[in-house]
This record gives sequence, structure tokens and C-alpha cells, in this order.
Amino acid sequence: MTDITSTSAKGGPASGHGEGTRRDFLYIATAMVGAVGAAATLVPLVDQMNPDASTLAAGGPVDLDVSKIEEGGQVVVRWRQRPIFVFHRSKKTLDTMQSSQMISLLSDPNSEVVQQPPYATNWHRSIKPEYGVLVGICTHLGCIPLFYPDASATTPVSNWLGGYFCPCHGSKYDPAGRVYSGVPAPYNLPVPPYRFVNDTTIRIGENPADSPAWDFSAIRQL
Amino acid sequence: MSGYSTYKPQSPFMQWLERRLPIASLIHSSFIAYPTPRNLNYWWTFGGILTFMLGVQIVTGVVLAMHYTPQVDFAFDSVESIMRDVNYGWLLRYIHANGASFFFLAVYIHIARGMYYGSYKEPREVLWILGVILYLLMVVTGFMGYVLPWGQMSFWAATVITNLFSALPGIGDPIVTWLWGGYAVGNPTLNRFYSLHYLLPFIIAGVVVLHIWALHVVGQNNPTGVEPKTEKDTVAFTPYATVKDAFFIGLFCILFAYFIFYIPNYLQHSDNYIPANPGQTPTHIVPEWYYLPFYAILRAIPNKLAGVIALGLAIISLAFLPWLDTSRVRSANYRPAYRVFLLVFFAAVIGLGYLGSQEPTGGYVIAARILTLYYFGFLYVILPLLGLFETTKPLPNSISESVLREGSPAGASAPASGA
Repeated sequence: MTDITSTSAKGGPASGHGEGTRRDFLYIATAMVGAVGAAATLVPLVDQMNPDASTLAAGGPVDLDVSKIEEGGQVVVRWRQRPIFVFHRSKKTLDTMQSSQMISLLSDPNSEVVQQPPYATNWHRSIKPEYGVLVGICTHLGCIPLFYPDASATTPVSNWLGGYFCPCHGSKYDPAGRVYSGVPAPYNLPVPPYRFVNDTTIRIGENPADSPAWDFSAIRQL
Repeated sequence: MSGYSTYKPQSPFMQWLERRLPIASLIHSSFIAYPTPRNLNYWWTFGGILTFMLGVQIVTGVVLAMHYTPQVDFAFDSVESIMRDVNYGWLLRYIHANGASFFFLAVYIHIARGMYYGSYKEPREVLWILGVILYLLMVVTGFMGYVLPWGQMSFWAATVITNLFSALPGIGDPIVTWLWGGYAVGNPTLNRFYSLHYLLPFIIAGVVVLHIWALHVVGQNNPTGVEPKTEKDTVAFTPYATVKDAFFIGLFCILFAYFIFYIPNYLQHSDNYIPANPGQTPTHIVPEWYYLPFYAILRAIPNKLAGVIALGLAIISLAFLPWLDTSRVRSANYRPAYRVFLLVFFAAVIGLGYLGSQEPTGGYVIAARILTLYYFGFLYVILPLLGLFETTKPLPNSISESVLREGSPAGASAPASGA
């Protein structure tokens, strides 16, 4: 044993002066290559869990004819496996969204947090005020909020003004998907990228031609 | 582990084996000659119960895996087929589903016993931390198992729990997408949860070995918290502990069997007999009963990130107990103030469990906030301060003295006159 250690200590000409020997260099180089190799091995093991190309491709744009939605009604389509609420708002609903009573209840009434594309950063959070397009996933923990468009004294909670109510943890949103203060959900409901292909058809998943290319992943949080 | 054993192989074969793999003497010194404090009460049988339950879950789980299909279109139907078609499938699934609940029931009693008798204190810190790791692994395994039947509660539990990670700033959403393997919970999620749900019990079994190893190095705590000093303080593991454990496992199994055969769905949610529907959230989502206290803590805090941090901290904090508790006296029997605060803590956890099952409105939220405050106040304020100010009762000089003093005068309660 002592023979081996003494031999390795004398392995290089610089030994005894506290400097690295050629053997030290070999140790470090070997360890480095081993560490890089181990890290490289982790890449496929970790990345295999990410969505594959076919899953990503299945998230292409979806068209919807909004003229078929009656006033005050909502249809839900799926885009990227997520429910997209398309709400044909009535005049009354638009008034509610602008009322000071409603705005005083909201956490981010002016949509300052990026939860929508720039062309929907306005009081109605949409391209046309009468059509709301929202990702119907509560920003708290991913439940689907329920649609209660009409004001009610009792349903789903007392003094309801109309909007969306999450049954899981009681988060509340106004008809534009703006979140109330004092509820667990931190942000407004996201607005997906969409554009009007013609007067009556929207294409969810594409930005308008005159708008800069906006990436949905830029939102603060789904 | 060695040192207690008087094992001498008799047959030529055992002598031959002993020289090559001394497994017989290891078993003898760990589970036969191993000295256990003579004053252990029935709260000390839950370690054995937990080992038994792990075995039950692995055996029934491996068998269920022979009939289960981890694919979103077939998972629900394959579970129904287990219930209706597979011979004794209903029994195996009910054992496995209720087994999870009884596993958690036993682990909560086991943890509470450790807290009451100060079993986490020096020199048992590593033993305790391994226990917290085991509990964490159980939580993850139980959650993934709950997703597999692919009912409504399965799906939405997976959605809500994976979304907890989205609270993390910056890296949250990529992590959630990575966990899902898609834009939402779907087939890739179910498949990987199945794979991990099969793997983790064996990791648990491995950590259990470390846990028992650590236990056998430092020795068991006991109701007095006084370390054994002489041979009079201990009895041999076999037959005393083995028979006592076996007897209580029998009692535990009677309760277990009552649930399996008479009220198998009492602890389940009827919504989970509805196939998963990604387009509709059930009106009232609640986790399994064993997660309810932590769920209540999550909901009590109005800020998402803070709620998620509190949820994690509520579990992780248990690992810090050996350092949060500054008292040198182990057992709550000799710490009158600690005993009261601890029993209130247990009541608060049960109270949080109740609140976690209720709708998060009005008074329930306020009550949950008060109990959450007590939960953390107990761990981070009361425990450190109490050790400095509390007047403790005098400890007995030895285990045998406490047994002989508390028992009937002639020492009739002593199981044997020394080992």
C-alpha cells in the first residue's frame, strides 16, 4: 500500500511544491469528462417527458363561426387541449364590465399584467367588445370556471354581478375574465392569440395580420 | 446491529452459509436478540403495522397492474373490469384503495407517537429525517395512484396538484408542461404516473431498510424517554415485540377488513366513478382525507405562491423538529406544558382536515387561517421557546424503575425478569 501511494506522489516532476502533477491532471480531466457525460445522459432522460412534436403540432389554429352564438351565450372550443370560452356579450354585460362598482372589485382592472396579447389590452380584453375570447382555465390551480353571465342576488354567491366563478377554490372573474381581489387566483384569465378571418369567423391560435407576432408563452401565467 | 446476537449456526449447511453470507446472524441480531425497552406501549406497534401495510400495497399493486391499462381511453374501463370481471378483482382493488388510507392512518399515528415521546431528539435525528422522507414518498405515491383510475377526481386532482408548480416564478409553467408532457393533463401524464407509481413503493422499501437500520443503531425510544441503561431495562425483540406487534396488527386488520368488506367506498369520492372529463370540473374538488390538512393550509392563504410555499413548508418543517425543539427532555409525559401545546397541535391538524373538506367560504377560511397560524406558531415559536422556559417533571432513573413504580407493587406488569 505505502509503495503505491509513495509512487503516485512522485508521479510528476512538480510534486512536493504543492503544484499539480500530471496524474492530478489526469484525475481532473477524467472526472470532468465523466461529469459532462453524466449531464449529457440526463438530457434525453429529462427531455423525453416534454411534449413531443406530434403533440405540439396538434395544437394548431382552430376556427369558429361566432355569428352562430346567440347574444348572452357562450360556446367552448378546444385549442391546445384547453377550453376556450367564446362569449357573445350583451349590451348589459358590456355596461357591467365598465361600471365603477365592478371595477372597484377587481385586482387588475386595466389588464396591466400580460395575460393577453397587445391587441386585447383594452377595457373589454378582446378585439371586438361584444365577443370575448378567453382561456377557460382558472389561474389558481387549473380548474374550469363556471359561466354565470347574469347578475344574481344568490347564485353562485351573494350579490353576484355576472362573470365566471371557479367552483374549486372560489375564485371570481368579471365577464372580461378579470380576476377579483381577495380570491386565491392571482391573475386575469388569459386571452389566447386570435384573429377575425372574416366578419364572423375567428381563428384561435393566430395573431391578426396587422399585429406584431405575439407569442402566447409571453403571458404571465396560464 | 450486531453485538446482541448469541447466534451460533448449528447445522453444517448454516455454518457453511455463515462464513459466506452471515444473513442468519444478521436476522438473529436484528429481529430476535435485538433488545427493546421493556416499557414500550401499543403506540410502538405502528412501525410494524406500516411495514405490513407496505407489503400489502406492493402485493395487491403488482397484481392489479396485471389487469390495468395505463391509457386514457381504457384506464377507466380496465378498472371497472377489475371490479366486475377479474376473479376477486373487486377484493384486490378494495384492499389496495383502502390500504392507502390505512397506510396513512398508521403513518399519522406513528408520526404523532414520535412527536409525543420526543423520538426525533438526539441521537435519532437521521432516523426521524428518513421517516419524513418516507412520508413524502408516500404522499407522492398515493397521489399518483389516485390518478390511475382516470375518473373525474383523478383527472382534476392531477390538474390541481401539478398546477401547484405553476406558482413558481419563471420556471413554473415549463415545469408543469414537462410534468404533463402536453398542453394539459393527458395520456402522457397518465402513463408516466403509472410508471412512477409502480417504481416508488420499491424506493420506499429501500428507505424503510435505511430507517430500520438507523433505528437499530440508535435503539428505540420509549415512553419515559430515558435510554436503557442495564439489561433489566430491555427485553428481547422475539418473542416480546414480535408477538405484541403481531397481536396489534391483527386488531388493525379487523378494522381494515371492516372497511374492505362493509364500507369499501366510504373513503372514496363518488365523482371518481365518472370517467375523466377534461371539459368539466366537478363542483366540489377535495383530495383524499389524508391530504386534507395540507389542502386546508393551501386554501387558507389568499396568495397563490405563498399558499404553495406554506403547503410545502408544512410537511418539510417536520424534518427540522430535532432542532426546533430545544428541550432536553424527550417524553411529553414529563413536559406538562409541551403536552398541552402538542395535543392542541394534533387537534389543530384534525381541525384543518375537517376544514379542508368543506367549501372554502367565510368562516371556514378564517378558521383555517387561525389553525394554520397555530400549526406554524407551534413549530417555529412555541417549540423553541418552550424548551427554555418549561419546568419539566423529574425523570425516572431508569426504565425498570418507572415500570416497577407505576405497575402493581410486586412488579407483576414486568413481562420478564430481564433478558
